[in-house]
Amino acid sequence: MFPFSFEWVWDMGHMVFFGGFWYAIGILSAGMTYCIVKAVLNTMNDSGESH
Amino acid sequence: MDSALIPEGAKRCPLPKFSIGIAIVSAVLLWGVYAMFLCWFKGLNQTNMNDYYGFALWIWADLAVIAVGGGAFFTGLLKYIFKIDELKNIINFAVIIGFICYSSALLILAIDIGQPLRGWFIFWHANVHSMLTEVAFCLSAYFAVLTIEFIPNILENRQANKVPFFHHLAHNMHGVMAIFAATGAFLSFFHQGSLGGVAGVMYGRPFAVREGLLVWPWTFFLFTWSAAAYGPCFTLLVTKTTEAITGKKLVKDNVIHLLAKISGWMIVTYIIAKIIDTAYWAMVTAPSLGFNLSHFYTDNSFYGYWMLITEIVICGVVPGAILITKSTRENPKLRLVAIILGTIGVCLNRWVMVLQIMAVPVMSFDTWALYIPSWQEIATTVLPVAYGVILIAFAYRYLPVFPQEQELNQVKPVTE
Repeated sequence: MFPFSFEWVWDMGHMVFFGGFWYAIGILSAGMTYCIVKAVLNTMNDSGESH
Repeated sequence: MDSALIPEGAKRCPLPKFSIGIAIVSAVLLWGVYAMFLCWFKGLNQTNMNDYYGFALWIWADLAVIAVGGGAFFTGLLKYIFKIDELKNIINFAVIIGFICYSSALLILAIDIGQPLRGWFIFWHANVHSMLTEVAFCLSAYFAVLTIEFIPNILENRQANKVPFFHHLAHNMHGVMAIFAATGAFLSFFHQGSLGGVAGVMYGRPFAVREGLLVWPWTFFLFTWSAAAYGPCFTLLVTKTTEAITGKKLVKDNVIHLLAKISGWMIVTYIIAKIIDTAYWAMVTAPSLGFNLSHFYTDNSFYGYWMLITEIVICGVVPGAILITKSTRENPKLRLVAIILGTIGVCLNRWVMVLQIMAVPVMSFDTWALYIPSWQEIATTVLPVAYGVILIAFAYRYLPVFPQEQELNQVKPVTE
């Protein structure tokens, strides 16, 4: 549920539940985006460290 | 035939022998899948759930696999946040076990809700006053964490790793794994806890209800604690089973001893808290609601004091004592006994907190309501076990799961 959904209410319950949920999803998405973009750049430049 | 996929230097059984093993387990898997489709197409009348048992065998299985899967988040926390480097030799396997447990939990929930196509409703039409909503959020997000933690291991497959992008991606993911592990620990703390919290806030069920801290009943903290304590026992048990099946030593003893020791101290501290909680509930909480302890353990053919003693003493105090004592911890047979008892203990705790709650009579006109699951429920509960065996078999065969395997199983040159 997003704040623009008709069911959304600006109360503590919605803010804590969805704040925590989107915070966690945001970290995971940002982490994976960083890894993928860096891997693409490493592959293009072939300059990544060998693992 | 598949030797190009097998990790370099590793010895695996011939493909036909492997295929026969997989085929046997797949037969069990198909039995479960058949029962699953029966539940989806014919409805929940395929189960023996009723007005007493809205939570039945599936929810016990769900809570049990989540508890034993707790080894993944706790081992990850120790490895990546507390920097206990020896655990790098078992973390891959802990993650795979966690991945199996959490995907199984989600599968069980997909069967349990009856209408899996509406599973997304819990995210879109969320009841923000329900602890189960928090469980659903954290469970789904933590499954994403486990998938992310599993991906680098898959990409390190001998052939996949030859692809430069996959090679770099696995390397980069290892680099930021601490962030994912910390997120996983945060999510696990809340969903393990909330599963316990659900029982603790059942004010109409005197067997379950507890006092607590702010909005969290004590069962919230006990569930998280027990998952962190007993989860590593299950990781060690599956590792031992895999070693027995493959006939190989896969993890060095110092790693096993370390994880067993940590698990032992967690069990001891948990079981002290559990004993205090049980004593307070028996002497204060339950009497204040008009019930004596004997009401919960007598006048029925199954639930007796034996269950309380088994859970707390035999499967709590005993494994804890074995694992914190150096001489018994380093004895392979006693250690195996302890990790088996520990695993049984946490599963028994979840049984009590899901099913005994439902069985205990509450009203003066109530009687004990014992419950026997239908074969469809049993089949769908066995299904994740078969799936787990197959996934571990494939992971062990094709992925570099155990970094110490080659060192521990070097073929000695024949001397003439």
